[in-house]
Amino acid sequence: MEVHSFTIDIPEHVLDDLRERLMHTRLPDEVEGAGWDYGTNLGYMQEIVDYWQHTYDWRAAEAELNRYHHFRTEIAGSGIHFIHERGRGPEPMPIILTHGWPDSFYRYHKIISLLADPARFGGDPADAFDVIVPSMPGYGFSDRPHERGMTSARIADLWARLMTDVLGYERFAAGGGDIGSGVSQLLALRHPGQVVGLHLTDVGFFSLGADIPDLSENERRYLAAIQELWMQEGAYSMVQSTKPQTLAYALNDSPAGLAAWFIEKFRSWSDCGGEVERRFGKDKLLTNIMIYWATETIGSSIRLYYENMHALPLQFLQEHIDVPVGMAVFPKDFIPPPREWAERRLNVERWTEMSRGGHFTAMEEPELFVQDIRAFFRPLRAEHREALGVST
Amino acid sequence: MTIRPITISVPAETLDDLHSRLSRTRWPDEVEGADWDYGTNLGYMKELVDYWLHTYDWRAREAELNRFAHYAADIDGKAIRFIHERGKGPDSMPLILFHGWPDSICRYLKLIPMLTDPAAYGGDPADSFDVVVPSLIGDPGMSKSDTEQPLAKIAELTHRLMTEELGYRRFAAGGGDGGSPISQILGVRHPESIIGLHLTDIGFPIMMANFPDLSDAEREYLARSQAQGFTEGAYAVLQGTKPQTLAYGLNDSPAGYAAWIIEKFRSWSDCGGDLETVYSKDELLTNIMLYWTGGPSVRAVSYREEWVSGSLAPDQQVDVPVGLALPPRDIDPVPPREYAERNLKDIRRWSSRNSWAARSGHSSVRSGTSRHRSKSPRPRAIDPRPGTSPAGALPGRRPAPLLPSGIRRCNRGHLRPWLAAPSKSLVRNVRNKQIPA
Repeated sequence: MEVHSFTIDIPEHVLDDLRERLMHTRLPDEVEGAGWDYGTNLGYMQEIVDYWQHTYDWRAAEAELNRYHHFRTEIAGSGIHFIHERGRGPEPMPIILTHGWPDSFYRYHKIISLLADPARFGGDPADAFDVIVPSMPGYGFSDRPHERGMTSARIADLWARLMTDVLGYERFAAGGGDIGSGVSQLLALRHPGQVVGLHLTDVGFFSLGADIPDLSENERRYLAAIQELWMQEGAYSMVQSTKPQTLAYALNDSPAGLAAWFIEKFRSWSDCGGEVERRFGKDKLLTNIMIYWATETIGSSIRLYYENMHALPLQFLQEHIDVPVGMAVFPKDFIPPPREWAERRLNVERWTEMSRGGHFTAMEEPELFVQDIRAFFRPLRAEHREALGVST
Repeated sequence: MTIRPITISVPAETLDDLHSRLSRTRWPDEVEGADWDYGTNLGYMKELVDYWLHTYDWRAREAELNRFAHYAADIDGKAIRFIHERGKGPDSMPLILFHGWPDSICRYLKLIPMLTDPAAYGGDPADSFDVVVPSLIGDPGMSKSDTEQPLAKIAELTHRLMTEELGYRRFAAGGGDGGSPISQILGVRHPESIIGLHLTDIGFPIMMANFPDLSDAEREYLARSQAQGFTEGAYAVLQGTKPQTLAYGLNDSPAGYAAWIIEKFRSWSDCGGDLETVYSKDELLTNIMLYWTGGPSVRAVSYREEWVSGSLAPDQQVDVPVGLALPPRDIDPVPPREYAERNLKDIRRWSSRNSWAARSGHSSVRSGTSRHRSKSPRPRAIDPRPGTSPAGALPGRRPAPLLPSGIRRCNRGHLRPWLAAPSKSLVRNVRNKQIPA
């Protein structure tokens, strides 16, 4: 399969058009003293739109993104974009990291070098990884699916082919959060022979539907808390799961609308204490937004919710996954699950409760995240070598 | 008296700006053969925006709207705009009609002449009404610092409008969608002023009810209503929790605003999937124009939890006479009469599936014999609005057995919490904010 190296280069007319739209942004009003109670705060949005127009420098962000090695290839008719950074160490272990929504491959930009070249950052070269960070179909620089049914399960199958057929790895590690957690779990479920272990930062929402009779008190509390939170914070997901197209018109036509849709999530899902910029500067927020705006992938990205709701076979959500799992639980992620809940479906071998950080794990706490990934996979490396028949 | 006549007159620069936005619409893609399954259809949206740009004539529609007598009044420092048309009969009865979302005063324009001048339509002049239709876009009742709930506030404002400003000692009220609970609140709080209520749905307040003694018909109704909510009701949860987040996109993109509204007109009307059998593009766009030009959009899409909790509590009774006209193709199924009677204690007229549908089913809409009925877009899915999940509001009752098998597969994934009981805080909130009768 052909792999082409790829450079991000957004055409100038897209940036001109964006500037024009931002300049004419028709902002809504806001209820007096609304704060963030009704959603994305108006004052903050005015700041963002102003900064985006006058200060933000996409070309600089683009150049920074292009410091990584980007590629595109076609798998089963889907054009897939991915970053591939070779590890520097005696025996780098390949790892595929899957992003979620509304983040993108950008979720992992801070940790790619840390994982690939630990020695450069004071670590042990034996911990090195070959790092693969793809964009899911319909996201960023991967193609938008034009047919129904591109679910997380199909994405997992594409990932298996990417890692084996395209990149030639027989066995590999996988990790992810948000939708990336589900994709990684499906990868392990459907291709257990290829997956050395899973590093997850949340259990995903997949297993919530199971009807379980013997819930512990902790689990009961957890499920009640999730439900409570979801009624306040989860409507975006209900819309994206049922009527993504209805929402797509406004978000693909209005950069401010897209930004508002995203920033609310970056604020409320991160460990920012209500001040989004304690975690994400405007540049970071906007670069992630640009990855959707410039590629016009907001509509296709939210369709994944619909596809998972409508086309993901139920059995995939219920079967036990035997591959070893390392769970890194961040305190300000939605609601950290009790370990016994995760263990109902996952073979949890490592369970780390982080001291700080939220849903955007690797963007928020890259060091903690990297330490945990290294520690989880360290004991699995010997097994990995054996499975490959490599003698040391 | 603060009443002053007004005319609708959108500034030319607003229209120029709209034109320029529409001509630059950046379309999303869609999957092949998506039809309307994923939401508003792309082909239809392109057709509609093309029409909006090149054929639709706002000034002509504006002139039509201005054939009605529009007024504004200031009550408690809040401006309220309304149509007021006097009846042409010996003893016209005053009637206030409340629209909902995403409709507007347009909901009632076809009715006004028939109600004010029945003789002109072959009716009896003794049936004439003085008709008042307030505009609730840019909601006059909404402010975070208010202690009163928005629907109750609207009820109070309009009660003062009818009595103090317009001088009606007693009047009739009617409405559908959000207009139904507003009417019901009037019945609870001001029974002395209310002659009777005419409702086209039971509204969402009684969905909060925690009734231990549901009949089979009621249970089936709640289950169907809830099931409908899963596929059609997400917008309501969103508008009920994060309206501001949505407002940026809708207020900046006319195509986006139109798509958000059009989907509802299609799926809530008796159109059989073909929107234009019931609504012309002109009708659809005029309604959208009232939202696009009507000012602050966040208020147009907001109904946070207080909207729900601001309506009736389960133990609140409407004792004034009620007539219910329940269309067969409303988004919410027709409730069993006993369910409606839990709050509405004096139902004098019940026109539902049997009596109504026989005369105004799909085919009669096409032949145009009852277009006025179809003009009323029907209410949103009631259940998923925070705190109103009906089956979930019944402790000890599991919703799953009630659900049609096709829906059970939704009992998982992102929507799992949506299916289950409403959040405790929301229920608590509702209970704490019962309207003093």
